[in-house]
Amino acid sequence: MAAPDILWQNGRFGQTSRRDKWWLEPLLVFLGLGAFLAYANWAAFQGKYYTAGPYISPFYSPEIWGDSPHAWFHGRPSWYPSFLPFSPAFLILWIPGLFRLTCYYYRGAYYKAFWADPMACAVGEPRKSYRGEKTLPLVAQNFHRYFLRLSYIVWFFLLIDAVESFWFDGHFGIGLGSLVLSANVILIAGYVFGCHAFRHLVGGSIDQISKHPVRHQLYDCVSCLNSRHKKWAWASLVSVGFSDIYVRLCSMGIWTDWRIF
Amino acid sequence: MSGTVMISKPTPPRAVFRIWRGDAGGGTFQDYPTAIDQGMVVLDAIHRIQAEQAPDLAVRWNCKAGKCGSCSAEINGMPKLMCMTRLSELNLDMPVIIEPMHAFPSIRDLVTDVSWNFAVKKQIKKFSPRLPDAEDGTWRMQQVDVDRVQEFRKCIECFLCQDVCHVLREHHKHEEFIGPRFLVYTAALEMHPLDTADRVPDLKNKNGIGYCNITTCCRQVCPEGITITENAIIPLKERVVDNFFDPLKKLFHIL
Repeated sequence: MAAPDILWQNGRFGQTSRRDKWWLEPLLVFLGLGAFLAYANWAAFQGKYYTAGPYISPFYSPEIWGDSPHAWFHGRPSWYPSFLPFSPAFLILWIPGLFRLTCYYYRGAYYKAFWADPMACAVGEPRKSYRGEKTLPLVAQNFHRYFLRLSYIVWFFLLIDAVESFWFDGHFGIGLGSLVLSANVILIAGYVFGCHAFRHLVGGSIDQISKHPVRHQLYDCVSCLNSRHKKWAWASLVSVGFSDIYVRLCSMGIWTDWRIF
Repeated sequence: MSGTVMISKPTPPRAVFRIWRGDAGGGTFQDYPTAIDQGMVVLDAIHRIQAEQAPDLAVRWNCKAGKCGSCSAEINGMPKLMCMTRLSELNLDMPVIIEPMHAFPSIRDLVTDVSWNFAVKKQIKKFSPRLPDAEDGTWRMQQVDVDRVQEFRKCIECFLCQDVCHVLREHHKHEEFIGPRFLVYTAALEMHPLDTADRVPDLKNKNGIGYCNITTCCRQVCPEGITITENAIIPLKERVVDNFFDPLKKLFHIL
């Protein structure tokens, strides 16, 4: 289709007639995601203070190799290159990290906040060339559902962690950390199971969904979660970071876990 | 203490409208101060300016009810229908900036040439129903199966979503990308329970769905409130993933 002859070309970066605070949302996203990325990387590289009693930080769970009592295998994996720094988080954190990186909500948010592509609707961009998600590297965003499938598994282990957080030395109990980890697993469930790709896989791909009553019910449930995907995304991001901070502070002895029961 | 109380006739409130005047060769903004009344929309103000100050001001309009999609323009930088934008929503302490849509060629003043859209629509594979379900040549559908596509039928073709989409507006990919309006149109056909045509290869190769980077601007400006990004574009992107990027789903039928 031949392109029409457009008068409005070669706009400057940031050029717009908008009068509202269009810069506020991308700024908040930049600060929020930037702060989380900085903290998550710092926490992952620490390699210590990630367990406290029955609690384990969600950044480190499941702990496949490590030194804590939660670890499946003790120490460092033999195949892991000796010249690289090691932390149990490195073996896991890439799954939720890539799941969020390729998430449809986060894509739209960080393209605006970190890449100004565009910074906001109807605002001039810094670059005139554009390839979108058609070619490498961004065509790889299409692999989002692979990270979704891996995220089911990680979420399942977080669920086990939440259940185990109610067992103190073989006895049932409730600590503030139990509630923190339980809230975290619920918020992550709202985010993972409200994913656009999950919505498609459970029923979105079917044009005559009336012939699949179970999947129809599932599709409606996922659609309900999906309609607030942005809120689930942020709530679960905050909760996963807070859970790590809580466990870390307990582990370091800075904070004493409050036993409710 | 005695004195004279002066009562002057109240002056009607006024606002300044900064309107783009020009044609395909270029143009400039001109300020039009005008009286405004309670309940007015931007299109009312434009008509008053046309009647009192600028009879040659070109503007396209029709229904004044947000259903014909004719009076699309950019008001204070955001694509909107002039007939559905109340002056009470705007800050009238500053001039109200009114421009034509930027993603299409200018004809004159606020009127743009949107014919590119109609040409794009003709290129999309037409509705292709399965054989009739009954001997009288009719079909049977369940309401739940058409619920999803009915949302897309609300589109009034105002092309505000096309205008705000940065792929068209900023990067002028009109030759490679059909824009959100026609992704909605394609979704309405592709998800229809009776349709048998396969538009997914076209979506990837001809229609440039990969250019969409999910800014959600199209959804934000839609005057009909169609959830364009989440209900049309992303499901189509997922169908492209089914066909071209996910052999596991085909092999193992997994979620």
